[in-house]
Amino acid sequence: MLEHYLSIFISSIFIENLALSVFLGMCTFLAISKKIEAAIGLGIAVIVVLAITVPLNNIIYNFLLRDGALTWLGYPDVSLEFVGLISYIGVIAACVQILEMFLDKYVPKLYTALGIFLPLITVNCAILGASLFMVEKNLDFGESVVYGLGGGVGWALAIVLLAGIREKLKYSDIPDGLEGLGITFITVGLMTFGFMSFGGIIL
Amino acid sequence: MSKFKEILLTPIFKDNPIALQILGICSALAVTSKLYPTLIMCVALTITVSLSNFFISLIRNIIPTNIRIIVQMTIISSLVILVDQFLKAYDYETSKTLSVFVGLIITNCIVMGRAEAFAMQNSPGVSFLDGLGNGLGYSLILIVVGTIRELLGSGQLLGIDILTTTQNGGWYVGNNFFLLAPSSFLIIGLFIWALRSWKTEQVEEKEFLMSKNAPKEVETHHA
Repeated sequence: MLEHYLSIFISSIFIENLALSVFLGMCTFLAISKKIEAAIGLGIAVIVVLAITVPLNNIIYNFLLRDGALTWLGYPDVSLEFVGLISYIGVIAACVQILEMFLDKYVPKLYTALGIFLPLITVNCAILGASLFMVEKNLDFGESVVYGLGGGVGWALAIVLLAGIREKLKYSDIPDGLEGLGITFITVGLMTFGFMSFGGIIL
Repeated sequence: MSKFKEILLTPIFKDNPIALQILGICSALAVTSKLYPTLIMCVALTITVSLSNFFISLIRNIIPTNIRIIVQMTIISSLVILVDQFLKAYDYETSKTLSVFVGLIITNCIVMGRAEAFAMQNSPGVSFLDGLGNGLGYSLILIVVGTIRELLGSGQLLGIDILTTTQNGGWYVGNNFFLLAPSSFLIIGLFIWALRSWKTEQVEEKEFLMSKNAPKEVETHHA
């Protein structure tokens, strides 16, 4: 049993890395990776939000939305799957808002550290993407906790790695047109190549 | 009339959402291995961004500022649900290929970005055009990437043989690299290079300049 969860965890970090294998959350990934410290802050915020929202959306999907999920209310024929997208994004937006208020009140230190990144996370497609993949893979509650956590760790790992490379890159002599965004794209391309080497592994 | 033309055309080359504003990149990478799903994705995004701009602009004066993000999100997700259901009903195969990426139009920063930056300040007609222009700017890059990848990867365009591959008795050896997702990063990187060599005002400032007389041997040594 533990082995099963461990393999989901490892595969969501390396084999199906949200940033480098399925290309989610790319906008923030490219925009906030100039400095390692900022990258670490954003990475932690993503881990926290993913670990909360994926299991929460799993509960909503299994008990309210999926085909036959409303049997406990006496409506076995109703499927609300088509309102899935709007419910997931609602849950995510609400979660981020509550987390922000909670941190502001009880952990002000962490709030000032994460402050700017939290609102950004609502529109990070890695967060919504992880919930959609959770539905597509048909995970149960325990698996979804592990998947959310692993996905977050993988994304954080990737952005910290990229920030490390970019901190070195700014000292190099790059052709004018490639400066900044262009060379970053090519760097990420090479990094995704590296992560493809995990591709064939079956756990 | 020229003002409308400007609003429509600026986002295509001068202020391209992908190449300059780093918005909406995820789907540009993941769906472009074949041209047909790419085109569907472009149409889906263009429709969503123009209509969301139109509707948000229509109610821009009655949205309370504190909850505007959630109102915008609701409008955008309703539009995306419509697009998604439509696609599932009329082109199920493509909707399977695009999998989660149709749903992810909700969090595509182009849609949110244009709603926030343009539709909240301008009248519905102009906002619609702005959405259309940004959708087309996004489509331009996706179509370029999709064309290069399908042509060089499998020798076809829209499933029609252009360069007959060796598997089908032709001469062209398909370059599998272009069927893999990392190739789209390199293509977009080079596309940006080409665009910025043409429109040099888009070039970013260097953080550090090479000193003019630096000896060639030591210039790459950094601990």
